[in-house]
Amino acid sequence: MNRQAQAAVLFLLGAALLHAGFTDLYLRYVKAGLQPLLLASGAVLVAAALATAWYEWRQTKASEGDDGHGHHHEGHREPRVSWLLVLPLFALILVAPPALGSYSATRTGTALQEPLAYPALPASAGPLRLDVADYAGRAAYGHGRSLAGRRIELTGFVALDRAGTPYLVRMALNCCAADAQPVKVGLTGRIPPVLQPDTWLTVTGTYTARQTRDPVNNGRIPFLEVTSAKPVPVPHDPYDETWNN
Amino acid sequence: MAITEDAPPRADHTGGPPGPGAPEQEGRRLTSPLVLTMVLLLVVVAQSPIRRALSAPVMQSWMTVFVAVVVQALPFLVLGVLLSAAIAVFVPPSFFARALPKRPALAVPVAGVAGAVLPGCECASVPVAGALVRRGVTPAAALAFLLSAPAINPIVLTATAVAFPRNPEMVLARLVASLLVACAMGWLWQRVGRTDWLRPPTHASYEGQSKGAAFWDSVRHDVMHAGGFLVVGAMAAATLKAVTPESWLRTAAGSPVFSVLALAVLAVVLSICSEADAFVAASLTQFSLTARLAFLVVGPMIDLKLFAMQAGTFGRGFALRFAPATFVLAITGSVLTGAVLL
Repeated sequence: MNRQAQAAVLFLLGAALLHAGFTDLYLRYVKAGLQPLLLASGAVLVAAALATAWYEWRQTKASEGDDGHGHHHEGHREPRVSWLLVLPLFALILVAPPALGSYSATRTGTALQEPLAYPALPASAGPLRLDVADYAGRAAYGHGRSLAGRRIELTGFVALDRAGTPYLVRMALNCCAADAQPVKVGLTGRIPPVLQPDTWLTVTGTYTARQTRDPVNNGRIPFLEVTSAKPVPVPHDPYDETWNN
Repeated sequence: MAITEDAPPRADHTGGPPGPGAPEQEGRRLTSPLVLTMVLLLVVVAQSPIRRALSAPVMQSWMTVFVAVVVQALPFLVLGVLLSAAIAVFVPPSFFARALPKRPALAVPVAGVAGAVLPGCECASVPVAGALVRRGVTPAAALAFLLSAPAINPIVLTATAVAFPRNPEMVLARLVASLLVACAMGWLWQRVGRTDWLRPPTHASYEGQSKGAAFWDSVRHDVMHAGGFLVVGAMAAATLKAVTPESWLRTAAGSPVFSVLALAVLAVVLSICSEADAFVAASLTQFSLTARLAFLVVGPMIDLKLFAMQAGTFGRGFALRFAPATFVLAITGSVLTGAVLL
């Protein structure tokens, strides 16, 4: 790959990072806190591309004035492995794969851990909106004491295990999708008759003492007694990032 | 990085303008900008069949993890590349001669502790270590820096403390074990390492170039080079993550010996950023603290994407010797530290 092609790849890569960073696209892959770094690195890559192109142009001009001789940077081709940089470019710009969904969720054990404390929940007239992980922690380890008598609203996507039991899942993310781990809540009660995996739902329901164990890592999975469920669009940030705040 | 640059000038350089006597060949040559344009056009034209082929859940999950690893690592890689370019262009070699002790045996621990000042994950430390070697730092010390920097910087240690709120001793254990292993690897290299395992630092000299040109040349070169290897590593990590089920971990958790090995292998395979690995380790509750310590010590020192990047920077012969030694020493170091501290 010569320098002109390298400049083009650097420019496209930088532009793709800037595009992902300015839209919500980056939230499918990395944590929200990485946005400034993404934008900065995109800008550096674009600058490197422009600098490369400019110095290349100057050098070509200089060597033209030099009777065509003395082109100094022969042998500056990068190894073939540099061509692979076009792969993330295509993946990001043309395909833009979705955030991790039910496929990964069913293959990975629930990441639920015992919460350190159970802060009091705010009083509310309507249903109380909770994170999937917050509800799961209170229900699985706190015996649902803080949840008694409350109507709870959870948002997540649907995953079905082999037996067909529906779970409401939110992937918890610490840095990037490679470390994303699911937190699962089983659904029982008045669940919709047909559930497609990966559909995003907002379910309303109440605490139930029923629990099961994740077949993958034997982690606790609490249940929610569903009273109503409605499909919702994919949220702005599909992952639960409360863990790193 | 730049050590791997082709040293001898090539007459068959496809990109540059043809030398005297070659103009008639130019029309038939397939130059790389032309290839790049053709590839781009082809992919844009064929995008809907490509999308259809990639719509299976396995492929989608593979792509998401692949893109995530690359997107997450690129900012840190760029940071490391900028630092390495600054070292190569603005810091004179005499600075390192003065800053580090003369005796390599002493320079190793100093460089290991100095790793604490590079905030970032392992992608940043590879280009910086490459630049240090080129600037005349003894390889043993540069390698100790390479291994310790991603594990003992304040960001990573803070993340570890947050991930293990009930076991603050994990932070100390991680710091001690990582430093121990980094220094041990440095001393080991000093005793048995041979410079011819490293690729000769035939870097194009920056003499005759302005500082700005040299700086951006180094940035371009390092991004193209390390970036390519990063992609290889990300593909390997995504493949293993998408294909291997996690349930085999459950069978490993029972035996104390096997659990340490299993988590060490998992750390290599997952290639998680060192700023996030503590959270993953914290969730592996079925394993002992020592096994999880091994996960935290091995991960930042050697994983698939690091191996690919080290092979690109220092040469394949180096990486093939260095990686297994690091793996074994990292496990030994964490078991010893775990026995004392945890």
